Parts: sequence; C-alpha cells; structure tokens
Amino acid sequence: MTDLESRPPFARANLRRRTFVGYLLGGATLAVAADLSLGNPAYAAVPSLPQIPELYDLGDLQTDAARPTANLIRIVINTDGTASFELPRMEVGQGITTSTAMIIAEELDLPVDKVHVSLAPARPELMFNQLTGGSNTTVSTYTPIRVAAAIARNALLGAAAIELGSIVALLTSKEGVITGPTGASVSYADLATKAASPTTQAVSVTLAPRSSFTVIGTPQNRVDALAAVTGRKTFTLDLEIPGALPTMVCRPPTLNGSPRSISNRAQVLAMPGVTHVEAVDTGVAVRAATFGQCIDAVRALVVVWNPGSVEGESDATVLAKLRAAEIPLAVPPIPLLAQTVEAEFTFMFRSSAALEPNCAVADVRADHATVWAGLKAPIVAQTEIAAAVGLPVEKVTVNVVTGGGSFGHKLFNDAAVEAAKISQKMGVPVKLMWHRADEPRQGRVHPMATSRIRATVLLGQVLTFEQRHTSVSTDFGHGLGEMISHNLDKLPTGLGNLGFAETIFTLTQELPYDFGVVTQLLNECDMRFNTGSMRNIYSPDVACANELMVDRLAALTGQDPVAFRLAFLKNSRVKDVLRKVAAVGQWGRSMPAGMAQGVAVHSEYKGATAVLVEIDCRPATVNRPIVNGVTGPRVTKAVIAVDAGLVINPRGLEAQMMGGVSDGIALALTSSLHLRDGHFLEASWDNYFYTREWNAPLDFQCIVMPSTSEQPGGAGEAGVAASVSAVACAYARATGTMPTRFPINHDQLSFTVKPFVPPIPESPTDGLSHTF
Amino acid sequence: MGQHTFILNGSTVTVNVDDDVRLLWVLRDVLGITGPKYGCGINVCKACTSHINGKAFNPCSVQVKDIGPTDQVTTIEGLPATVGAELHPMQEAWLENDVAQCGYCQPGQIMAAVAKVNQVHAAGRELTDADLDEIRNICRCGTYSRIRTAIRAGAEAM
Ligand code: FES
Ligand code: FES
Repeated sequence: MTDLESRPPFARANLRRRTFVGYLLGGATLAVAADLSLGNPAYAAVPSLPQIPELYDLGDLQTDAARPTANLIRIVINTDGTASFELPRMEVGQGITTSTAMIIAEELDLPVDKVHVSLAPARPELMFNQLTGGSNTTVSTYTPIRVAAAIARNALLGAAAIELGSIVALLTSKEGVITGPTGASVSYADLATKAASPTTQAVSVTLAPRSSFTVIGTPQNRVDALAAVTGRKTFTLDLEIPGALPTMVCRPPTLNGSPRSISNRAQVLAMPGVTHVEAVDTGVAVRAATFGQCIDAVRALVVVWNPGSVEGESDATVLAKLRAAEIPLAVPPIPLLAQTVEAEFTFMFRSSAALEPNCAVADVRADHATVWAGLKAPIVAQTEIAAAVGLPVEKVTVNVVTGGGSFGHKLFNDAAVEAAKISQKMGVPVKLMWHRADEPRQGRVHPMATSRIRATVLLGQVLTFEQRHTSVSTDFGHGLGEMISHNLDKLPTGLGNLGFAETIFTLTQELPYDFGVVTQLLNECDMRFNTGSMRNIYSPDVACANELMVDRLAALTGQDPVAFRLAFLKNSRVKDVLRKVAAVGQWGRSMPAGMAQGVAVHSEYKGATAVLVEIDCRPATVNRPIVNGVTGPRVTKAVIAVDAGLVINPRGLEAQMMGGVSDGIALALTSSLHLRDGHFLEASWDNYFYTREWNAPLDFQCIVMPSTSEQPGGAGEAGVAASVSAVACAYARATGTMPTRFPINHDQLSFTVKPFVPPIPESPTDGLSHTF
Repeated sequence: MGQHTFILNGSTVTVNVDDDVRLLWVLRDVLGITGPKYGCGINVCKACTSHINGKAFNPCSVQVKDIGPTDQVTTIEGLPATVGAELHPMQEAWLENDVAQCGYCQPGQIMAAVAKVNQVHAAGRELTDADLDEIRNICRCGTYSRIRTAIRAGAEAM
C-alpha cells in the first residue's frame, strides 16, 4: 500500500454517469479502498436572497473540509466470506455502524450480518475527516463507501469469471455467492484470496442505481442489538486493560476550581484498596482496587481548593451579562399602520451528560501513551493528549470505543486527557470514571442563551422578522473550529470575517418562512463555562423561540397555526411533513380544557421535520405523585414526520426521531441546571430531570417520508428542534400563556441540594429494602 | 477483608473483599461481570438493575456483607438461564422492537422490565400504563416508547 502516496491525481467523480475512481490494494486477500473525499455532489452558487443554509450548510462545510486530504477508507474481504470495514467515525447509539454495514451489503451483495464494521483508531492523516458531529456521518461517507464496495464486487466477479470459466456479464452475485450461467457457483470466501491484487491500482467503477437497491431503505435492526440486550456490548469501563485499576477524582466545590494542597494524603493512601493519590489540575485523583473504594477515598480526602472560574455567579448574574451583550434590533422602515410583536426567550444551562459517565482508560509510559475512550474527534484528542503528557503525537495511540451516548459530550476529550495526565503522574495505567455528581457539576453544559424576536405584520402579511440570539460562549475546540479556519476561502461570500460561532450559526440557522426582511444574528459572551453543543448546536433554542412567535403571528392575523405555516413556508418538503403530522395527528380535534395540541416544523441537515404533540396540563396530571420525580404537564401523544432525503435505515431513523422527541420534551418542560454561588446544584438524575418513563408520550408515531433524493441527509440531531418547539407551542395553547423561559419548571427547585464537600454522595446501603 | 459467598447466575462464588464494598463493584471490578452498568452509584439511574432471589434490586446500593450464601443474584448475563433458553422472552421482545440505541441502559431496563411484569402477574393483573410509568430506569437516548412496546410484548410471552 506504500505506493498510494505517489498515485496520479484522478478525475473528480462524474455524477451524471455515476462513475467513480477507487483502488484495488495490493495484498494477499482482496482489499479495496476509496477516497473519503469523494463526498457530496457540488453545491450551488449563492444567490443573495435565500438564506445561506438552504444552499451551503454546516454539513457542506464538513464535507468540503474532507476534500483536500487524500483519505483512504478500506474494505477487506476475508477468507470466511465476510467483509470488514473500519469506520472513521464514532458509534454512540445513533446507528451508523448498522447503516454503514447496510451500504456495504448493498453494493457487495452480501447479507448485512456478514459485514463487520468497527471503529477506526485516531488516523491523523485524515485531518478534519474523523469528526463525528453535525449529523454528517452518512452524508459524507455514503459515496466513498459505496465506491469501495463496488470495486470489491467487481474484483470478485472478475475472479469468479476465471474460476467458473465464464465471463463477468453472465454472472450474478447474491448473498455472497457468485453463480455462472451453468448454475455452478463460487463463494466470496473462496474468492477472497483469488481476487486479491498483487499491486495497488486505480480502477473506475459505476455505482448501482437507486432503483436496484434491496438493502438500503429497508428497515434493519441494529447490528449490535444482540450484544446490547445480553450485556455483552463492551463500553470503555468494561475493558480489561492490564493494570488499569479504577480511578476517580475528588473535584473542587466550585466550577473549575483546582487543588492547592491535600491535607490527609497519607491517611487516604492507607485506606482499603487505595494504591495512589495524586493531585492533577482538575482535582485529586485516587486509584484503588474497586470503584467503590475510590468513592470512599474521594469522600475522605481533605483538600484545600483554589477558587473556580465563576465564583459568586448565579443564573441571574449570567443572564444579566447576556442581556447586556445582545445585539440591538434594528427594524427597517415599515408602514405606519404595521403592528409590532416582540418577545424575549431565555434558555437555561443544560447538562449534556450521557448515561455512561465521562470515562477513559490510559496507559502512559515514558516513551509511549495508549488511551481508550469514546471519542468523536480522536485526532484532536491525540494532539491534546500528546501535549498534556509531553510526547510526540506519533507516540500516542488513541483507540475509539463505542460510547454509551454522546449528545455532543464525546466531541470533547476531557476524560481522555485527564486520564492520561493521571496515568503519567501515577506512573501506572488507570481506568478513569467520573462520578455521576461530577457530570452536571463540572462537566460540559449546553450554554444559557436568550433569543429576542421582533416581527411586524400588516394586512395579514409578515413584513419583517428579526432575531437576536445571545449565548454563553459555545466551545468548538473539538475540531470544528479548526475545520472552519482551514476552509474560510470556501465559505459563501461574507462569512470569512465572522468568528467560529457566528459562522456556525449562519451555516445552520434557517428560518423556513417567507417573512419579508429576515435577519438572524448571534452574539456570544462569557467564556468561563465548560460548554459544548447538546444534540444540535443552536437550533432547538432558536427554533423554539421562532415557532412560539409563529403561533403568535398566526393568532394576531386570526389564522390557524397549521394553515398559517402552510401559507408562509417556503419549501415544499417542509410543507409536506407538516401536512403529514396534521393529518396523522388529527390536527384540530377537540380536547378538554387544560389539554391542547401544538405543532412545529424545522428544516436543517438537508431535511425537514414536523412534530405534532398533545399535552395534558390539567392539575390532576401536573401534580401526579412520583417519589423524587418531577411530573408536571405530560405530553400524551407525539407524531413526528421526517424527510431525511435518501434513507438508509428507516428503523434507525425512527429511533433517532424518538430520541429527539424525548430530548424535546425534557428541554421544554423539565431539564436544566441551576447555577448558584459559583456552582451548579444538580448532582443526580433525580436532580437533573431528563425525560423519564412517567413523562414519555403514551402514544408515539414516526412517519418517514418517501424521498426521491439520491443523497442521504442527517438524522442524529434532526428530531430535537421541532419537538421542543411543538411541546412549547402546545403548552402555550393549553395554558393560554406563552412560556418565555425554558424549561418551564426552572423556577421550582424540586430536590434537596447535595453537599459540595465531599463532592460526591455516599453510595446507599439500603438497596435490599427497595426491591420489586 | 472478608470472605463472601453467594450464588451468582446459578453458580456459587466466593470473593475476598471488604464487607462494605457495594455489590456492583464486586460484580464488575472483582468478578468481571460487566452487564450491570454504573450510571450513578446512588440507586437513581437503575443502570445496574439485577435480580436478587427473583426480584429487581440495585447492587450499587447493597453492601456485599448483606448478601448471604443462599442468595441468588442474577445479572443480565444469567437471565436467559432462568427460563432455560438462549434468550429470555423479554430480550427477544427487545430485539424484535430494536429498542437499544447506545445500549448502555438496556441491561438494566430489561432486568427491571422482567421484575415489573412478574410483580404485576403475581398480583393477577394485566400490565397498565401506570405500571410502566413506575419504571425509573433512565434512558438518556430516549428509547422510552420502544421500551413500553417491548415490555408489553415481552409480558405476553412470559
Ligand atoms: S448505578 Fe445503580 S442505580 Fe445508578
Ligand atoms: S440506549 Fe442509550 S441510554 Fe438507553
């Protein structure tokens, strides 16, 4: 494979003839490759009027970022007749290993279960093209993977023709077996070595037309489903790396504090099971035989702390800073008789923690470091770990492990870098786990934000729609930032001068309505928090504010919310999903007082979603008793329709939409962090109220729209924005009051705050009195 | 250091570990049984849900000394054997409905679901929405709707 470097430049894909160039790799068994930068079809030039994301969005930027680097992805045909592929992306539950196996199975004529998709370790040569985010995986890998698989199939056919004494044109391939005109057949297992190429060579291939698909577009269960339900699916904390004993960190009482001194190190070192106690910049690390003993040691530590980054600050002080940083609205001249509607919405801090806590295994030696973790940006992790432990990048091996959820969390390398530092300091391998309490209190949060909107209306027409979104600074230090700075020249005119955050805002936000003069601007301030983007960057907040305003405008002009939207929506795909949920969800059916329907749309990731929900805000429901649980209004029914372009796996897409609805319910009604006196109060899943079974819709329906598109769209995040918006709109209609702060229950602190010293709670001992 | 004996997934095991270590860590860190997951350590998330003598419990909140030699602890790994099959009907229902996303919560969800259905059946009732609302297990991927469907299907087959 060494001669790949010097291969001649090849012609770009000719999309009309759908002919692509890839490689047969020299080797003992059949191995093929394609350039990951084959990417997307070209985008249109940017005319002045439509909003930017309609033409060139964040996904295009990510796809473009891949173009300049030669990034080979390889498929190997094994001698047992299976195919193997290392996906340079990360599986966190979104189903990309399944959809990737389906794409390969389709082009290769292999059953899906004979395709093994694993996650590639950090591959620095891929540069920006090993980032899992922006719901971009399938969009950017679809074509290159198909090209590689098609080349493999051609090579297998070529070898089979010789074996069967026939010609390729007379052969058929099915389920991993190639059959000749006489009925004689040969399997991929038999052909794996015979089809191997002695040298690496560029070959061209034509892809199967969409009309011939038999796997893509059919519902498939996840490839890892059996492992998941039997407990055999392996996560980072399940790895058995020799010597990597359980390790936890005693963290500061205020956000981002640091240890000054340890008062009782010797005493803690003498505790049962404890092997090491060392201070690092984020706290004091302890390593012990079991995590239980780590918990005890963390609780026993007496540490003197330096102050944190937001001492004394609270929700109110941060909100005041946001208000002061708002870019003023500047309504263009409008006719005298026009009515003006204005509202400001506030979105509180939210924790993006997954159920699997932050964790990593690290083994740092004098001359080499190895790290295992769930990482969506492993190349950035590799660089940061190298810098943290003072090793050259090539001396750091970063293994990507399937993650127990991400929601933007695993774009960051916090646990991997911390584990590496601890391992280096202790001089032994460590298996680092964050306590649950550490996650909301010191982990990544989705920034607090405000959205001010002013619209003007005259004679049933919306003349202007202005939005000013102001947010606590969002951390894009996971590679998306670098991606943008390296691709400034590719961005549509005028974007090159914006900062990262503003660029991303402009590339993702799209008001889908014809509302006259539309301006949407972002300003970010306050960098002292550990932020990230929780399952979508700005869209859920921005869309929620917009859709509530759209309902207000509909009411002002005396129109039904669905009819009003249909009248003003620009895009037929968005209108179609809206019509679909209105029909399936029986929009307008009569409901008792205190209950209502709500509807909302969203357009992003080259797709469209619409959600219709029914909410029950009657006191008997709101106050239903659940021990230590937040109840409140219940979304009793949710109907979501999604147009995601060419759908690889409708079953997986439906699952992503279901997750999006669960997130939307939490964002609208129950989940937030409370900042008081320089720290977040939440420390448990019974403090931070993500949707639970008692708040899940009793009736959930997802409609995957048929699409004629040749191009897949994004899925992982697409369901959230319309969901939170629909729940907010339903709540407004059920209660007669438009909510302006989210989640709506943020005012009630519905739990007893756990102590900050020690930073983590003791594990209970009364588990046997809570059996059922 | 104490010696503790109990029955784990049908076999008697003996471990040398301090009395107060919670059973979850005995299972995961000492015995290498990693089906039960850690999600909180304070009996809230329910990711570690397993069975003791056929009832759901959370090993993160039980000291190993409180488990006796005749206590039967069943983790997700031992669930199929309780019905003498490759897979428990609840696991089959989970596959049928393609419930898992990241999968981290799912061993605990399945163990809780089996116990909930047993509890309802023992009371001679049919499963209701109110029963399902009592399940506290977090799924941060938000698979709740499929979980409800799967539990109903699993209950039919149990
Ligand atoms: S880890 Fe046992 S209930 Fe959360
Ligand atoms: S499947 Fe990811 S937490 Fe439930």
